[in-house]
Parts: sequence; C-alpha cells; structure tokens
Amino acid sequence: MSQDQERDGARRLSSARVLDVDPLLDDPETRIVVCCGSGGVGKTTTAAALGLRAAERGRRVVVLTIDPARRLAQSMGIDSLDNTPRRVKDVDGDGELHAMMLDMKRTFDEIVEAHADRERAAAILNNPFYQSLSAGFAGTQEYMAMEKLGQLRAQHDWDLIVVDTPPSRSALDFLDAPKRLGSFLDGKLIRLLTAPAKLGGRAGMKFLNVGMSMMTGTLGKLLGGQLLKDIQTFIAAMDTTFGGFRTRADATYKLLQAPGTAFLVVAAPERDALREAAYFVERLAAEDMPLAGLVLNRVHGSGAARLSAERALAAAENLEESRIVDQVGGKAGLRNSPDTYGSSESAGTGSPGSRAAARDEGSPAATDDERPADKRPDDEPSVDRLTAGLLRLHADRMRLLSREQRTRDRFTARHPEVAVAEVAALPGDVHDLAGLRDIGNRLAAGRPELPETTV
Amino acid sequence: MSRLQVVSGKGGTGKTTVAAALALALATEGKRTLLVEVEGRQGIAQLFETETLPYEERKIAVAPGGGEVYALAIDPELALLDYLQMFYKLGGAGRALKKLGAIDFATTVAPGLRDVLLTGKACEAVRRKDKSGRFAYDYVVMDAPPTGRITRFLNVNDEVAGLAKIGPIHNQAQAVMRVLKSPETEVHLVTLLEEMPVQETADGIAELRAARLPVGRIIVNMVRPEVLDAAELDLVRAVPRTALAQSLSAAGLGGARRGGNAEKLVDPLLAQAEEYAARYALEHDQRAVLGALELPLHELPLLAEGMDLAGLYELATELRKQGMS
Repeated sequence: MSQDQERDGARRLSSARVLDVDPLLDDPETRIVVCCGSGGVGKTTTAAALGLRAAERGRRVVVLTIDPARRLAQSMGIDSLDNTPRRVKDVDGDGELHAMMLDMKRTFDEIVEAHADRERAAAILNNPFYQSLSAGFAGTQEYMAMEKLGQLRAQHDWDLIVVDTPPSRSALDFLDAPKRLGSFLDGKLIRLLTAPAKLGGRAGMKFLNVGMSMMTGTLGKLLGGQLLKDIQTFIAAMDTTFGGFRTRADATYKLLQAPGTAFLVVAAPERDALREAAYFVERLAAEDMPLAGLVLNRVHGSGAARLSAERALAAAENLEESRIVDQVGGKAGLRNSPDTYGSSESAGTGSPGSRAAARDEGSPAATDDERPADKRPDDEPSVDRLTAGLLRLHADRMRLLSREQRTRDRFTARHPEVAVAEVAALPGDVHDLAGLRDIGNRLAAGRPELPETTV
Repeated sequence: MSRLQVVSGKGGTGKTTVAAALALALATEGKRTLLVEVEGRQGIAQLFETETLPYEERKIAVAPGGGEVYALAIDPELALLDYLQMFYKLGGAGRALKKLGAIDFATTVAPGLRDVLLTGKACEAVRRKDKSGRFAYDYVVMDAPPTGRITRFLNVNDEVAGLAKIGPIHNQAQAVMRVLKSPETEVHLVTLLEEMPVQETADGIAELRAARLPVGRIIVNMVRPEVLDAAELDLVRAVPRTALAQSLSAAGLGGARRGGNAEKLVDPLLAQAEEYAARYALEHDQRAVLGALELPLHELPLLAEGMDLAGLYELATELRKQGMS
C-alpha cells in the first residue's frame, strides 16, 4: 500500500531552474522590471507584489500599472487617474513604494506639449484625428506605457521601476505596437500626405507624382475628404515633433535592452497562456532583451500529492459502497464525537492549523483493529461520507495538478534555460497590501508548488 | 436566436472555446454556421486541431445531425484589399498603397478602421444570400475582443462615422451598425466565478447597454463540480481528526495511527477542504452578483482533462441542453 503511494508520486521529466526573486529585487543594478504576458494571468498583481516586496526590502520603488482592478488600485491609493506616482502608505521597512496608473491620453498630450510651441500644441490637441488617436486604439496604450517608462527612468527619483504591460490579445503587442506607431509617424505615408506640394514642380518626379495623386485620391475616396484633411492638418502640425517621437521610442527600446532591465514573463499554467509565454521568451532572446524568468501564477499543489486521483477515487467509492452494504463494521459516526476520541480532540474549531495542533496524543491508540464499531441512524451523515467527499476533492485537485504539470513541463522542455517561480493559487482576488505581501512571499519562496518526481 | 452571435469575455475566461462550442451547438440539425475570428490568434484552428486558417471560409467541423461549422480568420489587411477590390476595383492601387504603408496605416493605426473592417466582414457574412435567396449561413458566431474593448469594438460607428463624415467608409460603418444594433445581433459575455471577471462582466454589460448594443446572455465557464455543500463543509470542520484517519484507513489508505499513511493524509485533505470552502463561498457570492444582472445565465463545466475536440462537443451538447441554440 505504501509502495503504491510512493509510485503514485507526480511524474516529471526535468526540473526547471527555480527563479530566485529576492536577489533580483535586491540587486542595485536592477533598475527596471517588466512584467509581461497574455491577458488574465495576473500581471498587474505580480507587478504590485514585486514592487511592494522590493520596497519592504529597502528599495525606492515605483510601480507603473496599466489597468489595475479597482479594489487593488484603491488599496494602493491610486484609484484616481492623475498620471503621477503616489506614495503608497503602510509599507514596512526603510524603502518606499510609489504607484501610478497610466493615463494614456494625458501621457500623449504631455508629449505633444513638450515638443511643440503652445499654438501648435493647441492645434494638435484639438484635431479630431489626434483625439481619436490618443484616446486609445491598437498600439497607443503600448506606446504610452513605453513613453511613461522612459520618463520615470529619466527622473532618477526611484532606484527600481516595476512595469505592468497593457492587457493585449498577445504578449508580443507590447514590443511591436510602439514600433508600428513609430514607423507610421515617421513613415513614407506621412511624407506622402504632407509633401505633395513640395515635390510638385520637379522634373523627373512625374511618375511619382501621378502615383501620389492617385494615392491621395484613393485615400480621399476611402476615408472621406474631411478625415483626410484632418489627418493632413494633424500631420502638418505634428511635423516638427515627429523626430522627437522617433528618438524617444528608440531610446526607450534601447533602455529595455540595457543590463539594468529584467523581463519577467507572467503566465498561468494553461495551454494558451504558456504558449504566449514561450513566444515571448523566444522573442526577447531575438531582441537581446534580458529575461529573468517565468512567473507561473495560480498553480495548484497538494500536501498529499502521493495519493493519486485514481486511488483517492477508488477509496472514496470503497467508503461509499461499504456504507450501503455494511452499516456496522468499521464506521465511525458523528454521534460518537468528540468524547469517543479523548478529551484532547478539539472538535468543531476553526482552521486546519488548530486541528493540526490538536494531536491525538493520549487518546486511545487508534488502530484499524480498535475502531469503534457502533451503528448510527441512516439519515445522519457519516464520517465516511465526508471522508469520501474529501477524497473526491483530492482527486479533482490531483487531476488539475497533473494537467498543470503537463502544461508546465511542455514549456520547460522547450525552454529549460528559463528559471521559473511558481505561485500557489489563492482562493480569491488580492485587494490589500497584506494580500500582495502574501503573493510576494509565495513568489520568493523558491520552491516549486507542483511536486517533483519521487521515483 | 439572433443570427449574429458575438461572444466576448475577459481574457482567460475561455471565450474562444465558448464561441466554438456555440457554433457547434447552433449547427446541429442540418444548420450551417460560420465561426469568425477577428484577433488573428488562430485560436479556432488550435481548438479544432486543424492547420492554420487562411483568410477564407472553410468547413472545419460537422455537427451532430449533419450540420456544418465553417470558420474564417479575418485578416484586416486582406479584408481591406478585398474591400477595395470589391467596391473600387482597386487591385493595383491596393498593392501600391501597401507599398507605401497605407494599408498598414489603415489596419493598425487609423482609428477604428480596423474594427470597421472586421465587423464589416462579419456583417457581410450575416447578410449574404445564395442564388436561391437563402441565407448563406444560418448563424454567424464571432469570437470577439475581450470585455474591456468590446463596446468600443462594436461601436465603431460613432467614431468612424464621426471622423469620416462622408464617403464609403462612413456608409460602411453605418451599414454595420444597423446590423449590430438590431435584434439580429446578441452579445454574450463569458465569465468565471471569480471577482475580476464578474466585475468586468457587470461593467461590460453597463457599457454595452449605454451604447445600445443588444446584450444576450452570460455564460459562466469552467464551473467546478460541487463536491461538498455548505452543510457538509461545516460537518468536515466538526469531525475529529482521528475519526477521519480511521475512515481513510478503512478505505484502504494505510494506518490510522499517528504517523500512519492514512493519518498523514488528514491534514493535507483538511487544508484542501478549507481552500475549497473559501472558493465555494466566493463562488456563491459571485453567483449572486451575476444573478442581480438579470440576464439569462448559463453554466459550463470545467473539463477535468483540459480542453480538446471531444470536450468541445461536450460543451456544445451542454449549451443545447440549456436551450442556447
């Protein structure tokens, strides 16, 4: 029997390296931590928990969140959008935690104001095309997150910046969108839309000219004259600031490649999330961006991982069946508790902790032969039924666990070089500092939640 | 059921799975459905275990009773070239535009244009008829962007029609909105029984309603089975550890004595029961929040072995059973 339990230990091909979070956070050379990953994997919470942990370990930290859950934002005091970092209260230790929520439109407005004189800035800000562009569609949020990161870094007010990335369909958008917007603002199309007048008279440009008037004609037809005009006005007004845009985008991109930056890819142990994570890992490598590791959130472990789902179910069935056929032998009824089992038992008290404390020392030695064997009424729920329920719960847990394990192992087989921090699933959402601290502890625990091979 | 079924939901709630299951459910009994993907993720191909979908409607599944599911992954760039060709015979100009980055511009940067193209293509499929005057598809199911962006995505009309006050884009946007705001369309939201997805669902519904978009149903995905109810959980807390150890021992799991294999299981099993209890209470609260939204509510079970093709058919059957087809 015990051999069976040994054998039922979780199967695992290779151990992933364990990601050690604390040395990363403590290292003064670490200046930027970027949390990226697909939507719904807990990026924001991870970023906030890392920021809090680093602050409580003595660093001056700012956390840039993109779209935090309302209650999490409230707990950090950043539920009002003002686009500047606010100090978070009730942080322990000597460090400081500041947090802010990105205001995309305001960030964009600020860039315009910084790059254009007042008149021109006003023209841009009032342009309907600009208003639509800055209010957020594909790419703007990502671009503005990068822009804000660059600003925070340039301020030198913090020695660690933790960045959350925008919720996008794919983790890669974060890297691609700024480039896309940048190349648009800097591209041929822009020149085409703004330049035809300049090129007009030159000989030898005739062919190009025909092409161009066809282009603007087509665009006009397609977009409607008004929109095209809005775009042209916008672009004309922005003309002088484009260089600035491009330079800034490039500078921020370089910042992400610098040695002081660490990327953490965040995922949940689900197929889609880990597939995105794998793409991201490959992409970071291709872009020479430094990957610190993978944070695997919402992982389910078990203190009884040696008991397999199959055996737990068989045992549960065993209990339920024997209850029907044999109401007498070997069944302990609730009616017997607690006095049957000795005075040191604490029946009916709260947490598993207190139960664990109440050992059965001093109580009659409970062996298989000495089980109380009295009958109880059929309608009273039996301990066996509850035990069967516990075993069924365990079977569900083990199925989930092995599924998560398979998913994770597929990732580690593909990327054995990536260090992994596994964070145990919590029953509910986190919306206070204590919860973030708890996540931080789990992140830094340095041990896998999913069991290792026990062969 | 409306002919255009839009399925949204917070990231990680399984909206692609639900959209696919719904397409299967609606295709039963000889019907034909089109499952449309708009975010270029190829999630449908992965679910149906087929190769990458091209920008082309192709049959990917046969539903029970002979119905057919077609799938289309809309590529906004190709949709735009398509559109230029269809309305303006601009094949060559389209290529030139592409060279200049105009297509890139139109599909990634131009406000809302991308969304006009995506929704436009879906609406075109809804309205399309064959030679005999029958609708080409009985239903079109769209795997739409997540809850946080769905209203903006569907409501491109205000934005684009406001920006492009005249011209074909303007007309196109308005034609799309006529379909989207009509009873021909229903927007469903997929959620989990967790705080954030439920909150986003409530917010999403409010936004959709404010934009006068037709809200359909709430689909709670990945619902875990109830193993122990509230009363049983109370009883679990009251049972002496030794009684549990003995019961486990009787089930053949080792000795009940302290340090015995059965006894060693008690603490971890009780800890798991506490986690289950916390989750159970939370789910109960979230069900109440969803109930207060006063929309038809469907629940789909968590599939223990993960999602695969067989699981997809299982969910489709479940949706049919619950009257969602």
